[in-house]
Amino acid sequence: MSYERILGDLAERDERIVVMTAENRAAIRGLPARLGSRFIDTGITEMTLVGMATGLALRGRIPVVHALAAFLTLRAYEFIRTDIGITGVPVKLVGYVPGILSEANGPTHQAIEDLALMRAIPGLRVFCPADGPELVAGLPHIVADPHPWYIRYVDAAARLPHTGEFAIGRAEVHGDDGGTPPDVSLVACGYTAGEAHGAAEILRQDGLRVHVVNLRTLVPVDESALLEAARADLVVTVEDHRRVGGLHSRLCELLVARGLRANVRAVAIEDWFTPALLADAIVHAGLDAGSIAARTRAWLSQLEVDHVR
Amino acid sequence: MTTRHRPPLTPAQLADLQDLALAVRAHCVRMAGGGGCFLGASLSCADLVVYLYRHVLQVDPRQPDREDRDWFLLSKGHDVPALYGTLAELGFFPRERLAKHLSPDDCLYWHPNRGVPGVEYHSGSLGHLLAVGAGVALDLKLRGHDQKVYVLLGDGELNEGSVWEAVLVAAAHRLDNLIVVVDRNGFQANLRTEELVPLEPIADKFRAFGWYAAGVDGHDFNALHDVFSELGGSDGRPRAVIATTVRGRGLRNLEARADRWFCRLSDGEVAGFLAELRGGGAVDLDTPGLVVR
Repeated sequence: MSYERILGDLAERDERIVVMTAENRAAIRGLPARLGSRFIDTGITEMTLVGMATGLALRGRIPVVHALAAFLTLRAYEFIRTDIGITGVPVKLVGYVPGILSEANGPTHQAIEDLALMRAIPGLRVFCPADGPELVAGLPHIVADPHPWYIRYVDAAARLPHTGEFAIGRAEVHGDDGGTPPDVSLVACGYTAGEAHGAAEILRQDGLRVHVVNLRTLVPVDESALLEAARADLVVTVEDHRRVGGLHSRLCELLVARGLRANVRAVAIEDWFTPALLADAIVHAGLDAGSIAARTRAWLSQLEVDHVR
Repeated sequence: MTTRHRPPLTPAQLADLQDLALAVRAHCVRMAGGGGCFLGASLSCADLVVYLYRHVLQVDPRQPDREDRDWFLLSKGHDVPALYGTLAELGFFPRERLAKHLSPDDCLYWHPNRGVPGVEYHSGSLGHLLAVGAGVALDLKLRGHDQKVYVLLGDGELNEGSVWEAVLVAAAHRLDNLIVVVDRNGFQANLRTEELVPLEPIADKFRAFGWYAAGVDGHDFNALHDVFSELGGSDGRPRAVIATTVRGRGLRNLEARADRWFCRLSDGEVAGFLAELRGGGAVDLDTPGLVVR
């Protein structure tokens, strides 16, 4: 089941759904034929796209809106905040090629502050599927939810095994449940959750007990899963987003709010990532499984040195 | 809604409009006391708002949300006292509520929000509600409904690129049920529009973008009646009415004072202006000019 197929199926069953785009049709090329006038292309106009989606929502529609993640969340930010955010109309914003997925486009196309921006808008919810199957599993829940949403689009084949049903605000946790805290928790969301899963496999070969938390939704966040993860000797957050304002920040905010201490480290993007095809870009950015595992080992060694001292 | 060819205003209708506009201006003046308001812009669009609510918009004060209503979106949100005053006079909410202007106990603040009955959507940041209106108009088209969507823009607001983006897209989607009214009072916050970013010829700009456009004296009810009577049609072109107005209209010493964009009037000025509206002499301004931007 593809994203396009499930979105078309949902829209055919519910006439409130309109599919909109600022001429970003890559993920929805077949939908004009299926939806007719309920497929609305405004041209390269992210501001008007968001404003018109708001107007359609005021008339009872559920607009599912597509544009490149960088242009949607940056060019149209004030429209998302002011038109959608102030009243919370149920517009679903789908950001295409977010984070590392912009590959070789260069910094203009790098949506690596989108989670910080969207998280800063009250009432706006954020879905970061790890792969295509998770996006497809989550989409019906997101569309049915009365809140506005930002969705980080991804169409990759399954990047980690998915356990259990999708639920908004509930993380997917991978690792043995021995009842005691693991040595390492890798907390991730989005495409890089697959790399965190791969890093865990590598680290387990060292005899380490490793849990992987795939958050799925960053807003609302699964606080109990984060608090459980924070009981590990080392917590590593993994995200293809700047260290500021995304998953790493969210975890740290929670720990501070609860007065808890943990050894938290971040695998994130510090400024811009080197543009290249995905397989190369992710390695250059240090976001691949091998890099995550190597940095985790180094942090663990440092913790042991500090402990001996 | 088809083209409305309507008879001219009767003397009684004209008198009714003048009375209503006077009452709305008086509300605006009272709101400029206390914490103040954007009085000049409110007075420039007061006749437009009054005319639209009395003779164009199909709305029901007792059921502001009824499904078959026309939509009015105030995109230049800082002139909301004119809208508050009109809505109160038409019975959308009690006139007494206007005394709560700027009170934290109510939601009648310097820009509109839909907590006020009759206010369709919030604004304040310029360049937003034309696109929102286009979305409403598109939905009406998709459903085959014949209501219309009116969006009041300021002329200074035409500086915003998002306005012209939405103008392009509305034409592309053939939204002839979308009507823009530009309150062409010639000023933006601090300066005459033509001194800062020249806008003329405005009507030709809309035409070049695929719109039907007409000009009118925005204080002449008979002229407004003519223009809006001939505005219908289903040729696919969105409509723009460029209404020439005077900032501060009705208060002689306030008109065309660029330093009086935002007004916080003394009690004496409020009383004097209320008397001037009812035929008294022009009031000398004693509080210093205020510009808040």
